[in-house]
Amino acid sequence: MGHDIWHGIEHVFVEQSLVAAFAVVGGLILVSNLAAKRLTNGRVHGSAIAIVLGLVLAYFGGLYTGGKKGVADIPALAGIGLMGGAMLRDFAIVATAFEVDVIEARRAGLLGVLALALGTILPFIVGTLTAVAFGYHDAVSITTIGAGAITYIVGPVTGAAIGADSTVMALSIATGVTKAVMVMVGTPLVAKLIGLDNPRSAMAYGGLMGTVSGVAGGLAATDPKLVPYGALTATFHTGIGCLVGPSIFFLTVRALVG
Amino acid sequence: MIVFGVALLATCTLIGVYLGDLLGIALGVKANVGGVGIAMILLIAARVWLDRRGRLSKGVKFGVEFWAGMYIPIVVAMAAQQNVVAALTGGPIVIIAAVGSLVLCFGAVALLSRFGGREAPGAGDAHAGAVVAGDADGIAAEPAVTHSARREG
Repeated sequence: MGHDIWHGIEHVFVEQSLVAAFAVVGGLILVSNLAAKRLTNGRVHGSAIAIVLGLVLAYFGGLYTGGKKGVADIPALAGIGLMGGAMLRDFAIVATAFEVDVIEARRAGLLGVLALALGTILPFIVGTLTAVAFGYHDAVSITTIGAGAITYIVGPVTGAAIGADSTVMALSIATGVTKAVMVMVGTPLVAKLIGLDNPRSAMAYGGLMGTVSGVAGGLAATDPKLVPYGALTATFHTGIGCLVGPSIFFLTVRALVG
Repeated sequence: MIVFGVALLATCTLIGVYLGDLLGIALGVKANVGGVGIAMILLIAARVWLDRRGRLSKGVKFGVEFWAGMYIPIVVAMAAQQNVVAALTGGPIVIIAAVGSLVLCFGAVALLSRFGGREAPGAGDAHAGAVVAGDADGIAAEPAVTHSARREG
C-alpha cells in the first residue's frame, strides 16, 4: 500500500518533470531563506545557501546514480535538468538585462574588455604551470589542462581541436567544473574584500571569472542587482577562450616546450 | 500584454544566439561567441526604443521581469545538476589549477575595481535588485515604491 502511494508520486514527478522541478526548487529556496534568517541572522544570502545546497544535492545525486548531471540523473528529478539547463539559464540571464543601466554599462565597456583579456590569460598560465609541475611535458596536454582552467567548455573544445587524450580531457573538464563550483561558493565570501559592490566591478568580475554558471551563481548569491553586469561580460568569455585556446595559446605553448 | 514581453525576450534571445553562432563560424570557433551578450544588448535597445515611444506597458515589463525573477531559482537548479563528484575527485592537479586561477582572478577584480571608483547604488538599482532577487513587489513597480522590496530581497 505505502509502496503504491510512493510509486504513484514518483510517476507524477516523472510525468510532470518541469512542474515538479519548480516545486522542488521553490521548496529548496524556502528552506534556504529560513536557514539564512534563523541560523545566520540574515548575514548569509538565502540564495547563497540554496546554491550550496544544490551543489551538495548534486554531489549525493552523482554518488547515487554514478551519472554526470547531479540530481538530474534521478528520473523523478529530471526536470531539474531542463529548468537549470542552458536554454532556460540563458533565457533568464537575457531577461536580467532589462534592468541594466545603459550609461553604467557603457562606461565600464573598456574595463570589461581588459577583464576578459586577463580572465583568459591568467587562468591559462596557472593551468599550464600546474600541468608542467605535475609532469606533463607535451604541448597538447599542457594546453588542454590550461584551457580547462579558463572554463570547462574551453577545455574540452581546445582538447578536441588539438587532439588531446581522454584522461587529459577529463582532468581539463574537472578543473573547469571545480573552478565554476568554487566561484559560486567563494564569491559571496570575498565580495567585500575585492570591492564587488557596483556595476563596474561586476563587469570586471564577469570578464575575469568567465564561467557563466560560476558567475551566475556567484553574483546571485552576492547581490542580485549585479547579475546582469557580470553576465554581460562573462558571456563573451567562453567564446574568446575557444578562439585563442587551440590557436594562439597552443602555438605559444608548443613554441615554448618544443 | 504579458505574452508580448515574453515574446520580445524570446526573440532577442534567439537572434542573439543566432548571431553568436555566426560570429563563432566567422572566427572559425566551435562555440557560440557572445550570443547571450548580444541578446542582452538587443533587449536593452528594445527597452529604450519602446520606452521612448511610450509603448513599454506594464504587461510587457511583467513578461520580461518574471523571467528575470526566475533567474535565481534557475541557477539553483543549475547548481543541483553540476558534476560535483568529478570536481571533488579530480585530485590535486585539478584543485591547484582551479584555486590558483581563482585567487589570481579575484585579485585582478580587486585591482580593476579600484580604477573605476565607487558610487552608491541609485534607486533604479534597488528596483533591479528586487526584480532579479525574485521579489514580486519589485516587478512592474516604479522605483519609488521598492524600499520595502529591497529590505526583503
